[in-house]
Amino acid sequence: MLLAIAAYPHLVPEFWVVSIAAYAFVLGIIALSMTFLAAYGGMISLAQMAIAGVAGYTLAIFSTHASNVGSATPAWPVAVLLALAAGTAAGLLVGAIAVRSRGIYMLMSTLAISMILFYFAQQNTDLLHGFDGFRGIVVPEGAGHSLREPLIFYYLCAAAALLLYALVLFLANTPFGLAMQGARDDPQRMASLGYRVGLHQVAAFGVAGAIAAVGGVLSLWYHGGISPGSIGMSSTVNILIVAVIGGLAHPRGAFIGAIAFVLIQNFAVDLVGSDRFNTLIGCFFLLIVMASPDGVTGLWRRLRQGGTDTSAEGIVTQRH
Amino acid sequence: MKLLLLATLNGVTLAALYFIVASGFTIIFGMMRVVNMAHGSLYLLGAYLGYDVASLSGNWFLALLGGAAGAAVTGGLMHRLFLDRYQGQDLRQALVTIGLSIIGADLLLARYGGLSYQFEVPPFLYGSIPLPIVGGYPSFRLALICFAVVVYVMLWLLVQRTRFGIMIRAGVDDRIMLGALGVNVPLVSTLVFALGSCLVGLAGVIGASALSIAPGEDARYLLSSLVVVIVGGMGSLPGAVIGALLIGLAEQIGLAYFPTYSIMVSFMIMVIVLAVRPYGLLGRPA
Amino acid sequence: MKILGLKCKFLGVAAASLLALPAVAQNTVRIGGLATLDGPFVVLGQEAFRGMELAFEEANYTAGGKKLEWIKESSDGKPDVALAKARKLIGQDKVDILIGPMSGGEGLAIKEYAKSVPGKTFVNGFSAAQEATLVAPSPNFFRFSADGAQWQAGLGNYVYDTKGYRKVAVVSGDYSFGYTQVLGFMTEFCAKGGKVPEKIWVPNGTKDFSSAIARIPDKIDAVYVMLGGADAVNFLTQYDQSGSKAPLIAGSNLVDQTVLSSKGPFRNRLVGIPSAHMVADGIADPKYQAFIAKYKKRFPDGLTAPSAPFYAYYIATQAVIEALNKVNGDLSDDGAKFRAALAKVKLDTAAGTVSLDENRQAVANIYVTEVAQRADGALYNKVVKVVPAVNQTLGQPRDAFVARGVPSRDNPSCP
Repeated sequence: MLLAIAAYPHLVPEFWVVSIAAYAFVLGIIALSMTFLAAYGGMISLAQMAIAGVAGYTLAIFSTHASNVGSATPAWPVAVLLALAAGTAAGLLVGAIAVRSRGIYMLMSTLAISMILFYFAQQNTDLLHGFDGFRGIVVPEGAGHSLREPLIFYYLCAAAALLLYALVLFLANTPFGLAMQGARDDPQRMASLGYRVGLHQVAAFGVAGAIAAVGGVLSLWYHGGISPGSIGMSSTVNILIVAVIGGLAHPRGAFIGAIAFVLIQNFAVDLVGSDRFNTLIGCFFLLIVMASPDGVTGLWRRLRQGGTDTSAEGIVTQRH
Repeated sequence: MKLLLLATLNGVTLAALYFIVASGFTIIFGMMRVVNMAHGSLYLLGAYLGYDVASLSGNWFLALLGGAAGAAVTGGLMHRLFLDRYQGQDLRQALVTIGLSIIGADLLLARYGGLSYQFEVPPFLYGSIPLPIVGGYPSFRLALICFAVVVYVMLWLLVQRTRFGIMIRAGVDDRIMLGALGVNVPLVSTLVFALGSCLVGLAGVIGASALSIAPGEDARYLLSSLVVVIVGGMGSLPGAVIGALLIGLAEQIGLAYFPTYSIMVSFMIMVIVLAVRPYGLLGRPA
Repeated sequence: MKILGLKCKFLGVAAASLLALPAVAQNTVRIGGLATLDGPFVVLGQEAFRGMELAFEEANYTAGGKKLEWIKESSDGKPDVALAKARKLIGQDKVDILIGPMSGGEGLAIKEYAKSVPGKTFVNGFSAAQEATLVAPSPNFFRFSADGAQWQAGLGNYVYDTKGYRKVAVVSGDYSFGYTQVLGFMTEFCAKGGKVPEKIWVPNGTKDFSSAIARIPDKIDAVYVMLGGADAVNFLTQYDQSGSKAPLIAGSNLVDQTVLSSKGPFRNRLVGIPSAHMVADGIADPKYQAFIAKYKKRFPDGLTAPSAPFYAYYIATQAVIEALNKVNGDLSDDGAKFRAALAKVKLDTAAGTVSLDENRQAVANIYVTEVAQRADGALYNKVVKVVPAVNQTLGQPRDAFVARGVPSRDNPSCP
């Protein structure tokens, strides 16, 4: 697998390196933050795209872009650290508010927070440039090469994705991760064992915030800009689609879903014409949700096991 | 002073519209714990179907019936075909309705195009009525309050005074027991879903007359319904009234006095209510 | 299995695209078209592609001795999506020339992207953001349509002189296109001595404008309204129902083809509203009337008359074809000769002459209009004044104009 990822950019045309693969990694990272919370915490958060946006906007403010050419900005590692810190802080804040609700209410709460951030970005013209957002972001250079060059950017995104994926898997087996999963399965029992369930959940949101922040930074560099549309309702639903299609039960679902989504987004037009693209995506999403609650990975698993594994209700079942 | 009165009146009349839109949503949730994210699409469908009926018959009241009936049938089918089999899996049902809403919005766009539509309201409802202090006020907006009251009373009668209503209330408390008593729960569920959809279809025609209908309205009204119902408490009709009033007033007074960030206010109210009372102001846990 | 089948299909198409070498025959020029077919702008997007289609058909899909291949992509008004589609058209579909996008924010994003792909040519579709060409322009980004401020040229003077308005309130969408149009109107109106005591900015996403209407001051001569599409219809209805008497002045979108073609009681308020735009279906010139007839014949299920996006994409495509003819289709030097020819193109369109300034921004006629009603009840924009050759600085010295800064909530201001 690692070999394939390393060799990939040398085998395909340039468009496929960045616009398909690198972008899929970036989307996957943001979806990973959602899948992490869903798989190990049993919590669905629709605020992850907005949290990625917090990091993206922070980095944009501290970078050189079309409107502030010539003025002094902090060195880019500092700006990136600030962005990551902002994203993590946003994650913690969202967590603190959201964990007071359960299940579907948490979904609504995070959706509302996401809309608040969206409208704030749209309406604030002084700091966040309102409707137009930031454009012409200058991506940092090192040793004469811009980070945005196709090969470099691809390896950067791939490395970030692999690292975060490994981090999530590692965390799942630490006491923290196990406590999270315990809280997912039976919060009352965890509380009676002395665990501060709420605190664990907020911390989980913080971790997810950090992951989303990395995605936000890479996304800003990918697009060369950011605007309210990047964190609006449809962008949020896109991340949900990515995570669900791939499968919410395991972190790899985030990346599988991302690749599927990017491929559909780019090539569905060739199949059905640009007119009914949304119907296609909606049908695909619906079919996946109906046929396999944990997405494509669940389907694959069940196929391999002969299609009789009926216990694969996955994370999407709520307990009453 | 005039501005404050106008803004308050605008808020109350907007709340009336929000209540009618959200009443269907809250009933469906109360009985079946389904968060119907296709609610906005049903709103659009009701409005467009009503518009077709109005164009054919020239009668606005027939359009009301047509929109409500069309939405009811579609909603019932939706439940029977896509949702009933996942009873008990809240999140999965929510995701299914999200998928349906994406498809629905696109198909409606294909059928009706992107232009705005507006209804020819009966003349006695159009125009303005002179009121003290504020001057002329749109009659249709005042009519909205009447519509909302009628809807509330009829729903209350249905839920409190009919056998069907008893079944609904029992189902809210204990669905399994209801089945054990011999009631055909899936049928009742589909009927309740159809009822909720009928209400939102009705709201679609009314909303399209007060404002207009165009692609994109589905998302706006879905969000508004979510906010109203969550603030008021899912499954509670009085809650929906309180939620609608809170949100309607907040939006209009916000637009009048601090427009730049007014659009965030309804969501902030929702977040605060959820943080303080996780089931809404008048809601109850499952 | 349906899902697997679908997935296989995708992988198949994707694999084929991957393996297919860019088989651009030497005698084909690939032209990409980007418009908004998603979301509430779908009607404008359809108009845009109709415009391109007509231009291609009139040239028989050939120019400069080469065949023209047209590849369409749709965005949804968001800059990120527009960028992704542009990247696909340039990187995957190997287009040489990209015509589009449609909306303001997308235009700014595409302009920045153009700077990173100097060997390709970008011709704006309908994006009307001022900064796309006024500030830090890109040498390979061309715009043959006027920007949002230019669209309002002549209107401020007209309402001051002919209508006699002295005090006007402004109601506008709270985003950059709104700021730009208001700037276009107020630049002339304030210069004449007009006053704007109140500017009411309405956030995007508002559907109930009643409280905004309530804020309109009592003692004003007229209300300038900058809203489009469904918002325009909502506003007009609520304004009418509120019993407000002050006459309206329209931003370009308030009385465009889509609003005039929509049905409903709000139409009562429309007759007599002055506005200004780059085209108008009431242009008396027989050339333009023939243009309208051509549109109606070719697109029987289109609007009642060609809209501004139709016209913009149409002339953009015509300009590309003309420049290709001039260089005999030679794009071998990364298009340098082609772009030089494109910069010098002077189009003799049905709505007047269009030429480019030093930033490759269009200088064109602007039409001041009033809404009128035909015998059959249809509404149209009657032309009351033609302002010839309007440039991007609205006739003012460039340095002073740019120095005043980008349009915003407070700029310009004359209370």
